[in-house]
Amino acid sequence: MTSPLTIIGLEVHVQLQTRTKIFCGCANRFNPEEPNVQTCPVCLGLPGALPVMNRLALELSLQAGLALEGSIAALTKWDRKQYYYPDLPKAYQISQYDLPFCQGGHLDVEVQHEEQGERETRRIRLIRVHLEEDAGKNLHDESGGGGESRVDLNRAGTPLLEIVSEPDIRSAPEAHRFLEELRLLMVYLEVSDCNMQEGSLRCDANVNLELTNPAGEAVRTPIVEVKNLNSFRGVEAALTFEIARQEREFDECDGVYPDDSKQTRGWDAQRGVTFAQRGKEDASDYRYFPDPDLLPVTFSDEYVAELRDRLCEPPAQRRSRFVEQMGLSDYDAAVLIDQGPHTADYFERVALECQDAKRAANWVTQDVLRELKERDQAIDDFAVDPQGLATLISLIIAEELTTRSGREVFAALVEGEGGEGTVSERIDRIVAERGLAAVADTDQLDQLIETVIAGNQQAADDFRDGKEAAIGKLIGDVMREAGGADPKTVREALIAKIRS
Amino acid sequence: MTACRETAAVLLEQLAAGAVTSLELTEACLGRIAAHDESIGAFLHVAGDSALEAAESIDRRRAAGEPLGPLAGLPVALKDVLVTSDQPTTCASRMLEGWNPPYDAHTVEQLRAADAVLIGKTNMDEFAMGSTTENSAVGPTRTPWRLDCVAGGSSGGSAAAVAAGFAPLALGSDTGGSIRQPASFCGVVGLKPTYGRVSRYGLVAYASSLDQVGPFARDVASAALLLEVLAGHDPRDGTCVDEPVPDYRQQLDQPLQDLRIGICPEHFAEGLDGEVRESIEGALDVYRGLGAEIREIELQHARFAVACYYLVAPSEASSNLARYDGIHYGHRVDDYAGLVEMYSNSRGAAFGSEVKRRIMLGTYALSAGYYDAYYLKAQKVRRLIADDFSRAFESVDVIASPVAPTPAVPLGQLTNDPLEMYLADIYTISANLAGIPGISIPAGFSSDGRPIGLQLLGNAFDEEQLLRAAAMHERETRWHQAIPDLDGDAQR
Repeated sequence: MTSPLTIIGLEVHVQLQTRTKIFCGCANRFNPEEPNVQTCPVCLGLPGALPVMNRLALELSLQAGLALEGSIAALTKWDRKQYYYPDLPKAYQISQYDLPFCQGGHLDVEVQHEEQGERETRRIRLIRVHLEEDAGKNLHDESGGGGESRVDLNRAGTPLLEIVSEPDIRSAPEAHRFLEELRLLMVYLEVSDCNMQEGSLRCDANVNLELTNPAGEAVRTPIVEVKNLNSFRGVEAALTFEIARQEREFDECDGVYPDDSKQTRGWDAQRGVTFAQRGKEDASDYRYFPDPDLLPVTFSDEYVAELRDRLCEPPAQRRSRFVEQMGLSDYDAAVLIDQGPHTADYFERVALECQDAKRAANWVTQDVLRELKERDQAIDDFAVDPQGLATLISLIIAEELTTRSGREVFAALVEGEGGEGTVSERIDRIVAERGLAAVADTDQLDQLIETVIAGNQQAADDFRDGKEAAIGKLIGDVMREAGGADPKTVREALIAKIRS
Repeated sequence: MTACRETAAVLLEQLAAGAVTSLELTEACLGRIAAHDESIGAFLHVAGDSALEAAESIDRRRAAGEPLGPLAGLPVALKDVLVTSDQPTTCASRMLEGWNPPYDAHTVEQLRAADAVLIGKTNMDEFAMGSTTENSAVGPTRTPWRLDCVAGGSSGGSAAAVAAGFAPLALGSDTGGSIRQPASFCGVVGLKPTYGRVSRYGLVAYASSLDQVGPFARDVASAALLLEVLAGHDPRDGTCVDEPVPDYRQQLDQPLQDLRIGICPEHFAEGLDGEVRESIEGALDVYRGLGAEIREIELQHARFAVACYYLVAPSEASSNLARYDGIHYGHRVDDYAGLVEMYSNSRGAAFGSEVKRRIMLGTYALSAGYYDAYYLKAQKVRRLIADDFSRAFESVDVIASPVAPTPAVPLGQLTNDPLEMYLADIYTISANLAGIPGISIPAGFSSDGRPIGLQLLGNAFDEEQLLRAAAMHERETRWHQAIPDLDGDAQR
């Protein structure tokens, strides 16, 4: 049997990081601890209240659409999607039906093939991007005690971008990569924090397969929409499970399905299985119609062009620039980009100042990220600014500090040592206090070496007799005495002196 | 107290001159409500204590020489479709029985800022759906002129309150004629402003693209005064237009030179009551006598207006009223098994039959497969109707017509025949579809003493000219000075 064709399309919801909600002035903030405190007549859907479009939400949406290279509609409008649910206080969601603000577009995703280990760039086309309001949250009694259900409307009216891909995704890992790349793009654009724990990025996946039936005909399995996916790993695992399940089901029924209508399945992350949910309600009719409370919006070419000019460099492009123009390894470039725009900016400033991108990357990916992780800190709050790190690296490049001393100075800077003043002044002070200056003065070094050998004749004799390991103690002693000295130089000078 | 019969404009002068205090005036209005509202049914809620308190406070501030707002000390009644933070708001529906909104409508804020005395909430057809105020869950409102006849609707309570001397001013809302028609049935002035002239924030929505808040008064000048307070930009309503509000009273007394009045021959054809026709023709004669020119105009698509309206309005209503689901506020039945039953039982129990009828009509019209044929088609017709008016206003300044085919009808006559009731909206509905302003002014009485109104329609955002044209007629006639006989001392 030939390997099946996997057909996956994703529907991704991204909460926009605006200060206020989409149609009112309430705070747009994740706050499950205090239900219903971020509400007003508008987002509560009280009689008489009216929505007013948040300009920033619209602007962020357009930036996302432009970054995804979609075409921005000259005129867009909002429609009411009508259904009853307790978390939807107006009994309609203000969404976009037939005139989304953005159509088309695509996202390029680099995937690595398991078998060949080859990389390939896959272009995933998008159908559309639209802007809508999020619903609230129903809270059910999960104790099993049958307590009353409650509704928290803090989330109601959060601006939400819906991004719908074409069914261009061909594997579960590819879906995972798509989401990672999409998340990075949104984070770089500062459109969304895409925090999955807080639900600011959510995903539904549509998946089916094309298989060959016993008669040799290509048959497509019924489309399954997997809902409730709240982690990238979950998406991949659910799709992997679902692909295997559909293959198994196909084998069992020989490709003959009694009902080939689309079905909805949930994902049980605990058990690692998808399970049938009630049908996609083909009977449900959302009775979309244009919301009469919100006027249609038009965008001038100038405005769209201005927004396009303001777009940041997309993360994928930045990543390749790091590799191709700055000489970083693929791995380092990916690590830096994955940390988000602020870390990437930090790195670039360090690299620019010290003129050594590779060394800058090493310091940021190893030392800086380690410190941040240990301290649970954001790069913007980090005690060593790019200038400071660049100064330090420059000293190492100039061999005024050994790498080891550099690390010691870095640790001291992180702890806030070195007193007041500029970073350079602080570094000078730390170096002086700890006597870390590299000993470049050969006379001084020679003297030191003579003293050390004199006090360790036995070790010197051992080395001369061929016990190479004996030199280690001598090097250690010299280094300790010197405060800051390059171990390689010390070793060479020692050997020369002993053999002389 | 005779103060109850004066116009708001005159009362303001008396208040300013100290001839009457706000407390005296408010007490007089409350006294009159207590004496007569049982038979009329204008009010759903009378805010006696808070009104007296507000009146006293305004009197104190006046005595202290403090600056006061443009309606200082005047009692104003509010249609119960406007949300109020200190009075219940029910829309005359069991659904919202006992609901106390946490906020004020924009227009209510404007009234408070103008130092008006909010005297109570008036009866209406449930959720503003109807033309007689008989669809109120509480009971009908009767025109003060004939207690066996309806006050009109849906703002029947507000119109009757002003006619009966319960308040010199009132607010109503007009979606298809709901200010103008009851104004006609009750013999007062009622104005529907241009769509977007007055904020809808806090107006409980019936049909969002048609609803507009407007004033009731005993004369044109007082309506102009109240409109000035209501109109203006409100950033909380995206459909409210940011246009300056003119001083409507400044030139109100100056007649319009070479006024051109359009009439549509179809408006005087079959179905129009003979006495109404006579009154309208009489009004046109008044204008002729003032040098106005009467021109026939063509409103080609006007005949589709009722059909168009009864697709657009119920469609929007079906959506706007979906929020009354018994979850967050409003009526919830005790008896249900599961969520769906909680919805359907609550809505089934708390909505009246006209509301249910329109929700069903609208739900049907918006359903998949029907949307294009109904809602979308209706929106296209609506555009044509608006274009007809734009064209007409190139050659005329205002358009005159009857407000309703008949004077106030006897209770029960229209409730049994919804289609007949819908058709009675024929003269008023087009203005809502086109978004243009319209006013109803007293223009006569039937032989059995029921008031008859004249409707004037104006161009969008030209309330100033509309009011001036209305004032011209008012200066020449005494219809607006007639007072219904509630105390047995009729003055007609």
